[in-house]
Amino acid sequence: MGEADAYLDMDLLRFTTAGSVDDGKSTLIGRLFHDSKAIFEDQLEAIERSSRKRGDDNVNLALLTDGLRAEREQGITIDVAYRYFATPRRKFIIADTPGHVQYTRNMVTGASTANLALILVDARNGVVEQTRRHTFIADLLGIKHVAVCINKMDLVGYKEEAYHQIVAEYRDFVSRLENVTELTFLPISALKGDNVVERSENMPWYEGPPLLYHLENVYVGSDANHVDARFPVQWVIRPHSDEHHDFRGFAGRVAGGVFKKGDEVTILPSGFSTRISRILSGSEERENAFFPQSVTILLKDEIDVSRGDMIVKPNNQPKISQDLDSRICWFSASRKLSRGGKFIFRHTTKEAQAIVSEINYKVDVNTLRKVEEIDGFEMNDIGRVMLRVSQPVFHDAYRSNRNTGSFILVDPFTNETVAAGMLR
Amino acid sequence: MTNYNLTHLHQLEAEAIFILRETAAQFERPGLLFSGGKDSIVMAHLAQKAFSPSRIPFPFVHVDTGHNFPETNEFRDSFVEELGVQLIVGSVEDSINRGTTTEESGPDASRNALQSVTLLETIEQETLDACLGGGRRDEEKARAKERFFSHRDAFGQWDPKNQRPELWNLFNGRKGPGENFRVFPLSNWTEMDVWQYAKLEQIALPGLYFAHEREVLERNGSLLAVTDFVTPRENESSATETVRFRTIGDATCTGAVRSSASNLEEVISEVAASRVTERGNRADDRRSEAAMEDRKKQGYF
Repeated sequence: MGEADAYLDMDLLRFTTAGSVDDGKSTLIGRLFHDSKAIFEDQLEAIERSSRKRGDDNVNLALLTDGLRAEREQGITIDVAYRYFATPRRKFIIADTPGHVQYTRNMVTGASTANLALILVDARNGVVEQTRRHTFIADLLGIKHVAVCINKMDLVGYKEEAYHQIVAEYRDFVSRLENVTELTFLPISALKGDNVVERSENMPWYEGPPLLYHLENVYVGSDANHVDARFPVQWVIRPHSDEHHDFRGFAGRVAGGVFKKGDEVTILPSGFSTRISRILSGSEERENAFFPQSVTILLKDEIDVSRGDMIVKPNNQPKISQDLDSRICWFSASRKLSRGGKFIFRHTTKEAQAIVSEINYKVDVNTLRKVEEIDGFEMNDIGRVMLRVSQPVFHDAYRSNRNTGSFILVDPFTNETVAAGMLR
Repeated sequence: MTNYNLTHLHQLEAEAIFILRETAAQFERPGLLFSGGKDSIVMAHLAQKAFSPSRIPFPFVHVDTGHNFPETNEFRDSFVEELGVQLIVGSVEDSINRGTTTEESGPDASRNALQSVTLLETIEQETLDACLGGGRRDEEKARAKERFFSHRDAFGQWDPKNQRPELWNLFNGRKGPGENFRVFPLSNWTEMDVWQYAKLEQIALPGLYFAHEREVLERNGSLLAVTDFVTPRENESSATETVRFRTIGDATCTGAVRSSASNLEEVISEVAASRVTERGNRADDRRSEAAMEDRKKQGYF
């Protein structure tokens, strides 16, 4: 393969970062972009101008990630921003979120699509409340890979002891988490560039790779569920043309597992079984389809199938229930979540009504303690509730499949997305 | 063991197809904003894949500034015919004649900003409730926080503080009367991804994107093509050079680059080595640092 075709071999890593104003998150992203040459001259000129206007001494790489004027004026980032860079090995999508407690919902949003969470710890301060909060949310959202960057090592004299003490502190509380399977620690200085793209000469005692190398090589291929086959039907393709007179294709994105031509499948909710006769990607015939491919499945027998139905395997079916035990994060500033509240429920390609039948507890995201006997959730609260849904929901535990274990709640009057939920 | 990893391009493709199908399913009358540029051509190619062997189940909408390169409209017409889709053209000229917008005056007058008015008029006239656009988050700072499903109020305005959080693959397209959405299936693509995908899928693009000889003049740091709408002023002179375009928009504000890249492979190498973003040549973005943010609030793509 020639150099020009190297991209045919590249894969994709989605990661999320969270941090507060001072812990150097924006500087780190700016450094990754700058040192991997993802900043262009016109962007650099624009931030040089802004730096001068603000009276900063150095070019403020953090300005690169401040998007909207409203935010620049306030000097904070108030929403999830998506950023992109690539190396010859991988394309990266960063969901960059502010770290303050009042932005919990943004961290949840950013984490929902990420494979890896990048957590920044200030070497001078060690593990603080915010570190625990980020870690808790990453774990709650099912992220399996966490890279803990112990930043500002230059300000503690690049000392090995400072690093090991924070690693020990972090390991101590992280033992209580559920989903994180790979934990990596890196001593860095985003400002000086130590161990970001190049290995640092200031910390010869550190034997691991620099951050970018880690991001390029971390293996996320086995994170998705390739066992339990799930295909939520998104759209029915019926061409109504002479050429494709009897064509009925079920379009959707594989949400888990693998489907092969000839496989016996069951359609939910009808329960009818048949076989897959063809799998198409565009006009191209495929032998199989797996997560996260968007394909069109054709069935051997004519069965009534519509959007919101799910194609599965007869011997491996999801849970089917109208009562759902879930953990949710409440997003709305204007409305409180309370018992008896009614919402529109969106799960895979299905839409239904839901009512909150029980509120169990919320979690204090700083201490990670349960708070019981509460009457409702306010914005940024995370906790456990029971929902009653108007139709049976075909689902899996979020832990085993993010796609069939997640839902959102929509306010029927304002149409706003008011909660994110994960099924137990 | 079988390898169930997808390359970055195939992951982006799967995501964009999912969004296109979701748009068809959640809205009553979507339209695909087709500018004739590479992003909208790639989006149209993905739409064809998403609904094959059916025709694309929504019309294409072109906002015509009247200042297009003739090549753009020729390409548009033959492309639309080949796909068998309906084409709706909203004309900025008509908006000006109706008096709903006014031509900018002054030496750097452009119809670029006026497109917003015509677009909103077309949306209303055609009762479109969702417009698919080829916008990408990497294009410009104001787009970094843009959603896949971007809500617009009854005045067509984008309120950056009132956008819905988007989690997992769950998209909320519910709306009140008069409101509509802009949908961006290529949100997570970069310029490089678009070029690479065009090469991978052998997508035909207009000749403007490849090196050709053209009469150009230099103005405010941009290399503009000499057309009926852009002619040399005093102290300006034009020359014939070998150039190509990285974006195709209104001829009055889309700058060319000096280049000898004559096919996709050479373009990819050139983009990889480039030190300026593709919009670095767009005079409309240079007006101020928040130029794009302001245009978006008024209903720009």
